[in-house]
Amino acid sequence: MPSLKTLRLRINSVKSTQKITSAMKMVAASKLRRAQQQAEAARPYAQRMARMMASLGASVAGSPTAPKLLVGTGADKVHLLVSVAGDRGLAGAFNTNIGRMTRNLTRALEAEGKTVKILAIGRKTRDYLRRELASRIVGDVTFAGRKSIGFADAEAIAVRIVGMLNAGEFDVCTVVYNRFQSVMTQTPTEMRLIPAPLPDIGEVAGTASYEFEPDEETMLARLLPQNLAIQVYRALLETNAGFFSSQMTAMDNATRNAGDMIKRLTQNYNRARQANITRELIEIISGAEAL
Amino acid sequence: MPVSLEIVSPEKLLLSRSVDMVVIPASEGDMGVLEGHAPMIVMLRGGTIDLYEGDKIVERLFVDGGFAEVTPERCTVLANKAIPIAEVNKADAERRLAEAEAAYAAADKRDTAVEDAATDVIQSARAMVEAAG
Repeated sequence: MPSLKTLRLRINSVKSTQKITSAMKMVAASKLRRAQQQAEAARPYAQRMARMMASLGASVAGSPTAPKLLVGTGADKVHLLVSVAGDRGLAGAFNTNIGRMTRNLTRALEAEGKTVKILAIGRKTRDYLRRELASRIVGDVTFAGRKSIGFADAEAIAVRIVGMLNAGEFDVCTVVYNRFQSVMTQTPTEMRLIPAPLPDIGEVAGTASYEFEPDEETMLARLLPQNLAIQVYRALLETNAGFFSSQMTAMDNATRNAGDMIKRLTQNYNRARQANITRELIEIISGAEAL
Repeated sequence: MPVSLEIVSPEKLLLSRSVDMVVIPASEGDMGVLEGHAPMIVMLRGGTIDLYEGDKIVERLFVDGGFAEVTPERCTVLANKAIPIAEVNKADAERRLAEAEAAYAAADKRDTAVEDAATDVIQSARAMVEAAG
């Protein structure tokens, strides 16, 4: 039986932990709001880009000179996985899910006899993958200590990917990230970047017959890298929003757990106190009787 | 007879209003867009977008390149950056031009795509200096 003093100390320490977790929850909630707004603001551009891609891609896809970004290198030997997760922890299984999915994908691809290269984005992703798949990592990007991410960050990553493609370092590029479904659920998802999946013409209304200036191919050569940057940007923003909502949920749970623990410890404390009083009473009474 | 014009950057919707005519800096020359224009997708070079109401220019913006989608009712400009002319900073523009020229000098001239991209950046920076001046 722990003494009253140690119980009191433990209750106090759990209480201060609870204060920290509930503060972190509040901070995450306000950052989540900002991240969601940012993701919302990025939507119009992405929609219009998809519309252009659909009408352009359809007219070029069949031609033999179609750019590599659209049709790939023709081979399927080397895969580049771009894993995107958070820079910080204390967010439940958010970062681990991405790490695990990357690992499973790597195993599956290697079992088929393919080579895998990994570009790790986010400090936690890098650390996780370094433990398990260090030899496959070809690069990493972190935004640790940064207030917000902008389009320029996504663009830099896209430029790097295009550079690697042109140097013939991989054939297929897939990004692994947490898709933001709602504040409660983020699903680890894989999305193919290269060869670029074309939005279905049927889905995008109003793609009537456009005239192009300059011709389709010149345009596509410019549009594809931009589109790649947009996709990366989307993955970054969704990860950002997902990270904060995941952190919020994790901290909410932690706060509740701390509350339960305090309740249990207080009960133990009171019971021990009562037992002490009873024991003292018995001692006094039996002492009085002995007289 | 208004055209609804939208200028969008990857980060947000920058401008959405209806105008009588808009002149955009298409890659092969400036292009005026009125209502009922044939559907087109054009590439933009760095330059200024002029918004007309009646015969007067009501707003001028500098864009650093991008794309535009024109339909009979709409004109959508996708640009990385669009700044009102009054806010274009000459010193800033000149620094960009210098950087672009340095990048061009360093670029691999054997690769035409790389050279073209570098040339476009210089052209866009030059347009920015002109817009500021």
